[in-house]
Amino acid sequence: MSNYFKNKEPKEYKGRIFFSSVLAVAAFFLLAVRFWYLQVKESQHYRELSLNNSTRLVKAPAPRGVIYDRLGIKIAENRPGFDLYLVPEDVKDWAMTKEMLNRLIGVTEDEVDEKLERSKGRPPFQAVPLKEDLSWDETVKIEAYKFEIPGIILDVSPKRSYIFSEATAHLLGYLGEISEKELKDAEASGGRKYAPGDLIGKYGIEKSFEEDLKGVDGGKEVEVDALGRKIRVVNWNAPYPGNEMKMTIDIKTQVAAWAALKDKVGAAVAIDPKTGKVLAMVSTPTFDPNALSTGISRDEWKDLIENPLNILNNRAIQGLYPPASTFKPIHAAAALEAKVITPETKIFSGPSFWYAGRAYRDWKEEGHGIINVHRAIVESSDTFFYQVGLRLGIDRLSSYVKTFGFGQKTGIPLLNEKSGLVPSPEWKRKAYGVQWYEGETISVSVGQGYMLTTPLQLANAYAAIANGGTIYKPQLIEAISTPEGKVLKTFQPETKGRLGVSEATLGYVKDGLFGVVHEDGGTAHFLKASNLRIAGKTGTAQVARLIKRTKNIQSIAYKYRDHAWFAGFAPFEDPKIAVAVIVEHGGFGASAAAPVARELFKAYLETIEGPVKETPKVLTVSAPGSPAEPKAPGAPVGAAVSTAPPAPPAETEGIYD
Amino acid sequence: MIDRRLFTHFDWLILSVIMILALVGLASVYSATYTHQPGIYRKEFYWVLIGSFSMLVAIVVNYSLLERLAYFIYGSTIFLLISVFAVGSSFSGAKRWISLGFFTLQPSELAKLGLIIMLAKFFSEKPVPPRGLGVKDLAVPGAILMAPFLLIAKQPDLGTAIILWMIFWSIVLLVRVRARVLATLFGLGAAAAPFGWMMLKGYQKARLTSFMNPDADPLGSGYHVMQSKIAIGSGGFLGKGFLQGTQGKLMFLPEHHTDFIFSVLAEEWGLVGSVFVLGLFFTLIASGLNTAMSAKDRFGFLMAFGITAMFFWQVVINLGMVSGVLPVVGVPLPFISYGGSFLITSMISAGILLNINMRRFIF
Repeated sequence: MSNYFKNKEPKEYKGRIFFSSVLAVAAFFLLAVRFWYLQVKESQHYRELSLNNSTRLVKAPAPRGVIYDRLGIKIAENRPGFDLYLVPEDVKDWAMTKEMLNRLIGVTEDEVDEKLERSKGRPPFQAVPLKEDLSWDETVKIEAYKFEIPGIILDVSPKRSYIFSEATAHLLGYLGEISEKELKDAEASGGRKYAPGDLIGKYGIEKSFEEDLKGVDGGKEVEVDALGRKIRVVNWNAPYPGNEMKMTIDIKTQVAAWAALKDKVGAAVAIDPKTGKVLAMVSTPTFDPNALSTGISRDEWKDLIENPLNILNNRAIQGLYPPASTFKPIHAAAALEAKVITPETKIFSGPSFWYAGRAYRDWKEEGHGIINVHRAIVESSDTFFYQVGLRLGIDRLSSYVKTFGFGQKTGIPLLNEKSGLVPSPEWKRKAYGVQWYEGETISVSVGQGYMLTTPLQLANAYAAIANGGTIYKPQLIEAISTPEGKVLKTFQPETKGRLGVSEATLGYVKDGLFGVVHEDGGTAHFLKASNLRIAGKTGTAQVARLIKRTKNIQSIAYKYRDHAWFAGFAPFEDPKIAVAVIVEHGGFGASAAAPVARELFKAYLETIEGPVKETPKVLTVSAPGSPAEPKAPGAPVGAAVSTAPPAPPAETEGIYD
Repeated sequence: MIDRRLFTHFDWLILSVIMILALVGLASVYSATYTHQPGIYRKEFYWVLIGSFSMLVAIVVNYSLLERLAYFIYGSTIFLLISVFAVGSSFSGAKRWISLGFFTLQPSELAKLGLIIMLAKFFSEKPVPPRGLGVKDLAVPGAILMAPFLLIAKQPDLGTAIILWMIFWSIVLLVRVRARVLATLFGLGAAAAPFGWMMLKGYQKARLTSFMNPDADPLGSGYHVMQSKIAIGSGGFLGKGFLQGTQGKLMFLPEHHTDFIFSVLAEEWGLVGSVFVLGLFFTLIASGLNTAMSAKDRFGFLMAFGITAMFFWQVVINLGMVSGVLPVVGVPLPFISYGGSFLITSMISAGILLNINMRRFIF
């Protein structure tokens, strides 16, 4: 080699080149090791990261479980709803787009700007929700103009539909976006996974049975680029609908109760006395659960929760009222059982009863004369029960009363049930640190004073009277099954206990209740005309101390008017339904609450026994449509059910107590 | 001018390696950009053609011409670097390019070659003392380095500045520096490091800190490295297949057709592809050192070594960067990364290497 090294340059260059070669070999070897480490040893890890990188899950919410009434009529289902979105990137002409949106669906420019502002900072190709659940009319308009307004898209998602809307509002509840607190609770419980924005049951059955009704959300795995732009759908997991639920509710009775109560403030509960199954449960004023579940404006929500009538309270389980005269049969049973009186014991029941220097008045100015317990129930004598109450004593009275289920929650599977109150000297000492006065026993003996009950508790107590003494836990759900129809769980009637009185004693009481409707002088005698064989008791719970006796309730300011009660069961010989109705500030029980109760009895008994012919002289309510006929979804509720106001009683004797 | 003997001594191996690397580069650029930036690979194809022609010229013209033109070439590159500040176009905060209408020239790439030629000329003429270069002896070569180095660092183009720095020290160490001088310089460098840190731009600092702990902020500064490692690692042994990579195509990988092109390649071709490309580069470096060893004169020897050092540092720093063992400093991968000036400079450099190699016996 005529090499320049050999001739001219020092040999040490050779060493340095050799050193450079060694350096190069080492560097390349280390790089090769590094690539082996990344691509072989840790490859699995990076492969997963690479997949996570490029796939996003786009959620497809599961349709919630369908809810049926006891006859299999759908009362809550899912319907497809159209949501309107705007893709900012695709909008060509903002001014025109905003104007068109305003013209077509009434979304103002300010609203559009607000929605855009809220999703600021997100990539412009991500759709911004503009309006949820468009009406059919709006959907059609948008469809027709969508090519003229680029950037507008419609998407379908399942929307909850309560077919009987307001009639089932408190019972079924509604849905809402999950709150931060609910998210945290769900995480803490380790159960189902929720994400912000998910819908969750907020009230009623929807909340209590969220686990069953929710279903499993599906979704599509979408391959996205680094900016989140959709490239293609990789995988599609179909959502799995929630479990179906068959309720004990008889929707015809439910709707009848709602129709009779909807212009009043109050509640109605109907129970099958043989099983404890709840047939109807209505609270008014009510709300539109469909509107609530698909999102309402902040103002509408504010109106709802700030309404002084507490619209969102389910009065059937949360309303606490003195049972008033509906308590008398229970008092009578206790006194008979304790042998303080016998069915034959006659007591003078005048216009007022003097005790400790004070006059305790009867509602009836003339008084009732010398009567036994049967007539005392029929005529709803106050002075009779004042005296019996004093003989029985508050301790014995309250311990009997408790066996009827008062003072404790019934255990119905709905949230925030109230337990009511059965007063006793011991309770008063604990609560107020004051001793019990005998005068208070007099109040309690006619269901006033501290005694408080929910309509559900009262209905359940009357159901127990009707069935001969068994207290059931009110049952709402018959069965839960998968969407394919496989039954997962069936619910059986659950006995809570026995009344502390014998069946013979109950027999006297029941006769009395039958007399209220079917004997001359009975406070609800006018119900006899319905031929439904109703046995029951009216009640008028005092709100303010009786100022003066009057038959003209219009002359009393609304807030001072008494609460009207009716509780009873039918048919008398073989009770199939027990009912409790309260109408707040309704005035007299017989005129305000009893007609509502009649509608429930009628609706249910006609369903199971066929039409009942009423005595012709009484004004009647036009017959509602066939009960088992399922209604078209979305059909106005009022149209399917008779909404004629309850007929005023034909006779006027004894309509107040 | 062309001696028939030249062909018999031509190193076909180096040429094959260069051409294969260029083709691998073309394929990788295609895969990285065909979905989002179609047109890039076509441009790259033209660059390969222009680069090949430039290489041919660099092979044919006797490299002694470079020795004669060294001052002119070096001076021209300095002039271009200065003119960048006057007429240059900036892109994402850096002024690096001169627009020539049909193509934007990046003078800092040419400056690498200018520095090598100038240093080779300087050291081939200047006798080196037996004990090595002293501080005084380093003054002139130091100035030769600092002129382009500072201009490039000012643009800023940290990656190219570092390559200039590495080329300089490779050549200087080859011709020998006194041990005492080395130790002093090293000490001074360590002392000056904090000041240098202060002079760095925010994003440069972020890149260096994120290198220390890339997982701390995976969506911020560590993002490049993390996504690059995901791309390489997910390729596995055999790779996902040509055009099947997702990291680059879905734009998780930034600069996927320039500095991070190797990640795209490694994702699609796996360890097999990575090691194949490593092998090609190693062959190039080994041939380059061999060329230096067999050069017929001192200028050729220093030139060949300088060019080889340039390739070596670019490859090692780029691959170290994409595989997460070195900080992200923005050094492209020779022959494979997209970029006209860079490809042409690399092709000319390779041509000079072949030139020196085939003229080793011709005096």
